[in-house]
Amino acid sequence: MSGGTFLGMPAFPEAAAAAVRDTRLRGNLRHATGTIRAKRAQAVAELPDWAGLRAAGAAIKDRTLRHLDHYLERLEEAVTASGGTVHWAADAAEANRIVTQLVRATGESEVVKVKSMATQEIGLNAALEAAGIRAYETDLAELIVQLGDDLPSHILVPAIHRNRGEIRDVFRSEMGRWGRPAPEDLSEEPAELAEAARLHLREKFLRAKVGISGANFMVAETGTLVVVESEGNGRMCLTLPETLISVVGIEKVVPTWRDLEVFLQLLPRSSTAERMNPYTSMWTGAADAEGADGPRDFHLVLLDNGRTDALADTVGRQALRCIRCSACLNVCPVYERAGGHAYGSAYPGPIGAILTPQLRGTVTELDASLPYASSLCGACYEVCPVAIDIPQVLVHLRERVVEGGEATVRGRRTTVRPARGHAAERAAMRAARWVFEHPAALRAGQRLASRTRRLHPRRLPGPGRAWTASRELPEVPAESFRDWWLRERGDDGGGRKGRGERGERRDRGGDR
Amino acid sequence: MSGREVVLGRIRRALRDVPRSEAPDDVPVPREYARAHSSSGTGAAGTSEALTGLLAENLADYRAVVHRTGTDGLSPLLCRLLAARGSATVLVPPGLPPHWLKATDPVRIHDRAATTARELDSVDSVVTGCAVAIADTGTIVLDGGPGQGRRRITLIPDHHICVVRAPEQVVASVPEALERLDPARPLTWISGPSATSDIELDRVEGVHGPRTLEVVLVEEPAPGG
Ligand code: SF4
Repeated sequence: MSGGTFLGMPAFPEAAAAAVRDTRLRGNLRHATGTIRAKRAQAVAELPDWAGLRAAGAAIKDRTLRHLDHYLERLEEAVTASGGTVHWAADAAEANRIVTQLVRATGESEVVKVKSMATQEIGLNAALEAAGIRAYETDLAELIVQLGDDLPSHILVPAIHRNRGEIRDVFRSEMGRWGRPAPEDLSEEPAELAEAARLHLREKFLRAKVGISGANFMVAETGTLVVVESEGNGRMCLTLPETLISVVGIEKVVPTWRDLEVFLQLLPRSSTAERMNPYTSMWTGAADAEGADGPRDFHLVLLDNGRTDALADTVGRQALRCIRCSACLNVCPVYERAGGHAYGSAYPGPIGAILTPQLRGTVTELDASLPYASSLCGACYEVCPVAIDIPQVLVHLRERVVEGGEATVRGRRTTVRPARGHAAERAAMRAARWVFEHPAALRAGQRLASRTRRLHPRRLPGPGRAWTASRELPEVPAESFRDWWLRERGDDGGGRKGRGERGERRDRGGDR
Repeated sequence: MSGREVVLGRIRRALRDVPRSEAPDDVPVPREYARAHSSSGTGAAGTSEALTGLLAENLADYRAVVHRTGTDGLSPLLCRLLAARGSATVLVPPGLPPHWLKATDPVRIHDRAATTARELDSVDSVVTGCAVAIADTGTIVLDGGPGQGRRRITLIPDHHICVVRAPEQVVASVPEALERLDPARPLTWISGPSATSDIELDRVEGVHGPRTLEVVLVEEPAPGG
C-alpha cells in the first residue's frame, strides 16, 4: 500500500510497447500534454523578456553547480543559524535512515507528506513502512497513486494515466482503509472527488505532528527554503506539524535571495502555465518559540544519491540545472506515446532519459536503454526554461553505453565497459528500434521542434552533428537518426572524435 | 567519514575541471530581463492606478473575488462581505486595525498561541492585511506582520478576505516584490484560491486552502472619486 516501486521494471521498449497498446492511457496522455502545451506557450509569450530570464536561469544554475561545495556550506551555515539542523546523505539508504531516525525520535508513527520527487526517488515511503511508520501522501494526484497502489507517471500530474471513473473507484474502495472513507454516493465529478480528498486529508493534517517535504529552491545566502504548489496541502504539511523534515537534492540550492526573481517567473509559467501558482511557501529555519509560526523542529536532509556523479561529467552536469517544470515531457512525442512508467524511475520523459542513467549508471538494461528513448527532435531543449541541451546529453550517454569510457559512479572514477554484445546493448537497440517503428513520434517531434526552433537554433560538430542536422532538415528526421544509428553501429574500429573535444564543446555554457 | 565529508569530497573531485582561481562570482550571470514588464512597469501605463487596475484584473483572472473601495468604505464593505457569506465567526489576527471590523456582526475569534489547528477548523472566515501585492501575476504576499498573523490562520478557514492598501502595497513585478520582502519571515504567496488540475486536467477550485478568496483593494483617494 505504500505505492509501487520502480525496481525490476522492464527496459524502456517493453514498457513502452505495453503503454502503446493501452489506448486509454494514450488518450489521457495526448489530451493532457496537448492541453498543457498550448497553455504554456501562451503564458510564456506574455513575458517579452523570456529569453533573458531563461539565459539568467541557466547561468545562475551553472554558477551554483561550478561552486556547489561553497554554496552548500553557506546554506548549511544559514539554516543552522536560524535554528534548523542540516544532515547530509550520500545515498538513498543513508537518507532513508536519517529520516526514519528523525521520525522515530518524535515518537510518532505517521507522517504527512507533500509531493516530492526526491523522496520518491529514494523510496522513502517503503523505508518508513518497513520501520512501522505510515507516510500519507497529500497531493491529490499522489493520493490517487498511493491509494491505487500505483506509480506516478508525470512530474506535475502524477496520476495523468487515470481517468475520473477510475479515480472514483479507487477512492470508494480504498479511502476507508487509510482513514475517512469516501461518501457512498461519490460521483465522478472532479469537484466532488476533490471534496472527498479534502475531507479525507483534513483529518490527517489536523492531527499531524511530523511533516515531510522536498523543496523547489534553497537559498544559500539566507537559508530560505521554497515550496511551490497549487492545492494547499504543501502549506498544511509545512506549517501545522511540530517537526518538519525536508529532503532536498543538493542541486536545488541557488546563491542569493535575488536569484528567486528569475526562477519564480520561469517555473510557474513553464510548469502549470500560470503567471503564478496558487501557493508558494518560504521559510527560514525553525520557529523559535511556543505558539510561533510553524514547526519548531526543522531538519534539512541534503541528498546526493548520484548527483555528484552527474556533476563530474562536464557534458551531463547541465542535467542538474533542472527545476522539474515538466515542460519537456509535454512536448516529447516519445513520452506522449510511451507514457511515464516506461522510463522506470521517478523522473519520466526527456529529463528522466538523461538524469536516471546519470544518477544510477548505465548498468541495468533499463538504464542503458533510456538514452535511446528519444528521437532527438530537440523540442525538449527548446522549451526547457533553464536551457538544458537534452539531445546533447542523450548523444553523450549513448556513446557511453555503446563505447564505454570514463565515468564517475558513486563518487569513484570508473571505466564503464562498452555494452557491445551485452544485454544492455540489446535493450538499447530495442529502444532505438521502438522509436524508429513509431514514425508518428518522429514526425510529431519534428513539428514541435520546428515550431519552437526560432528560440535557439544551433549546430554541433562531431558525433552530435546527426541530430542538429535532423533539426535542420525537418522533412527527413527519421533518415538522419537512422544514419546516425547505422554509423554508430557500423563503426567498430573507432575513428570517432575524442573525449577532449566533446568537453570543450560543452563549455559554451547554456545558450548565452 | 560523515555523510557531509563524503558528499563535499565527491563534489570537490567532480569539479576538478573548475580552475582553482575561479570564484563563484566569476561565473557571469546575464540579467538581461526586465525589472518590471511594459504592461505594468514604466511610462504612462506605469501609473499607480494602472498598476492597481492590472492587479485587480490578474487577481480576478485567477478567480479571486475583487472589491475596490476607499478608506471610509472598508468597514461597511467587510461587514457586507461577511454577512453575505453568512459567517458566524471571523478570525482576527493580532494587529489588525480595530476599525476595519467595527461594523461587523460575526463573533471575533483571536488567534492565540495555544489555539489549535482543530479549533481554527470551526471558524468561518478570516480577515487579514498583506505585506505586498504583485500586479504582474495577481499575487498577494503575507509575511506574518501586523494584521496578518500566523500562516495557519489563512489556511484552515474556508473563506479568506485579504485587504490590500493601494498604491503603497502594490508593486509591478516579482523582482520588485522580493526586494521588499524579508526572507527571515515566513512568507506565503497567494495567487487565487487553491486549485488542482489533477483529475483529467479539469481545474477544480479549492482543495485544502480557502476555497473562496476575496481581495479588497483600499484606494486613497477612493476609486472613481
Ligand atoms: S529538463 Fe528543463 S524542461 Fe525538463 S523538467 Fe527540467 S527544467 Fe523542465
